[in-house]
Amino acid sequence: MEQLVRNKMPESEPRGFAPATDIDTGVIPMRASGRGVMQVAVDETRRNAALMAPIKARAESLDFYYGQLKALKNINMEIREKQVTALIGPSGCGKTTFLRCFNRMHDLTPGTRYEGRIMLLPEDINLVARNIDPIEVRMRIGMVFQKPNPFPKSIFENVAYGLRIRGVRSQIRIQEEVEKALRGAALWDEVKDRLSSSALSLSGGQQQRLCIARALATSPEMLLFDEPTSALDPIATARIEELIASLREQVTVLIVTHNMQQAARVSDYTAFMYLGDLIEFDETTRIFTNPGQKATEDYITGRYG
Amino acid sequence: MSTEGLSHHISSRYNADLERLRSSVLEMGGLVERQLTQAIGGITEPDARVMVRVAQEELRVNQLERSIDEDCSRILATRGPTASDLRLIITILKTITDLERIGDEGEKVAGIAARLATRERPHNRYRELRNLGELVTGMVHDTLDAFARYDTRLALEVLRRDRTVDEEYEAIHRQNITFMMEDPRSIRRALDVMWVVRSMERIGDHAKNICEYLIYLVLGKDVRHTKIEEIERELLAPRG
Repeated sequence: MEQLVRNKMPESEPRGFAPATDIDTGVIPMRASGRGVMQVAVDETRRNAALMAPIKARAESLDFYYGQLKALKNINMEIREKQVTALIGPSGCGKTTFLRCFNRMHDLTPGTRYEGRIMLLPEDINLVARNIDPIEVRMRIGMVFQKPNPFPKSIFENVAYGLRIRGVRSQIRIQEEVEKALRGAALWDEVKDRLSSSALSLSGGQQQRLCIARALATSPEMLLFDEPTSALDPIATARIEELIASLREQVTVLIVTHNMQQAARVSDYTAFMYLGDLIEFDETTRIFTNPGQKATEDYITGRYG
Repeated sequence: MSTEGLSHHISSRYNADLERLRSSVLEMGGLVERQLTQAIGGITEPDARVMVRVAQEELRVNQLERSIDEDCSRILATRGPTASDLRLIITILKTITDLERIGDEGEKVAGIAARLATRERPHNRYRELRNLGELVTGMVHDTLDAFARYDTRLALEVLRRDRTVDEEYEAIHRQNITFMMEDPRSIRRALDVMWVVRSMERIGDHAKNICEYLIYLVLGKDVRHTKIEEIERELLAPRG
């Protein structure tokens, strides 16, 4: 049962109904929850850390077009550093499109167009600017896909690949980094004796963790997960979820999931999107116990709006 | 949030489950309320059969409590309810505990009423007990009404009445101490009266608890252990 504690958060904003967007900035304001008489908190310390975390990336008036189709409409959202942010919403709401913007996955699709910006902090680089090299972006922002997609190479080579591309020559250094990445992806103990076997000999869950290790090897600042467990059984899913929870020690995580309970379990913040709009963005606990928008409520409780 | 919100799930069985759960709670509440009315009636109008009837209803109340509990665990396990659905399940789980206890207190009152009926009655025929009894029965009644309609204003109004109950309780307490000091032969009866008053005061507290859960259900605000003035401010303030 959740523990009930009086909210001790410093609170400067005035009480009242939060407007959909702040007129000055166009940013959807975070309803710092706990303005109520009392505040339900699962883990006050973790929560405080989440609220204090600096901003890692910020979407500013982001529009995205597939040809004529406007798939993202004026998205304004802040991603906090070393926190897990989940994107939820029905199929076609734009959550995957939004996720893919972060490492320029759309560049290869003809007829697509970005408007607005995604700023990566603290350097303040616009990730979707034309003069920014997508390869450089992908080095800093890794991605894990729905289906595990290891290279048809050995387990070791899968993880070492990114390092070699980066120009790391030292064998010792590569070995160290591979072990570190495999440990980080909670896979080391299962594969340490067969690093030279084909990656395709691993089970689906292990392959997915290998893909996470591959993404971790280049020490990215952010990891994007596109429904990482939809092809996995409950045990492999639980492992990946555990892993995501521990990854927040090192990286900022953005995850798209259709599994609402998964979003509730793994994330600190949740964004609900619908038909290309960002409808609501708040602390995960808040979204799943007392969301501010009716559309969010209808979606997460399984109602038709 | 309104009671209509219960339907409109994509799963019609989920709708039916939640709707049935809610009507079971209201049925349980109705039984408890009747137990209470009978028990309190027994104090002023002695009736030897009251105890039997109240005990019979107690069986049904207990049965309902168990089946509602079971339904809630099943829904938690299979549906993973969120947001208002989650708050509904939590509210129901807590509400039935308080309802069941109201029933228990009613049974105690009925038992003592049966005992009081065998003794000499005071001139006022326990008018003060009837008044307090009607007050708390009214609280239980309005609590159930508020629950049926998700009416937070009515819930708030019930919360306010709890203060009157506490004052009445104090007054009867003092009065009986005086009786006991004046005439030691009245001690037996005075103690029984005190037990009844104590039960009624507890019933008021349980009704108050349910109203607090209801405010949590409808507004998502936890108002337990909070001053009534603060709750009023919260309820009148827009949702935030």
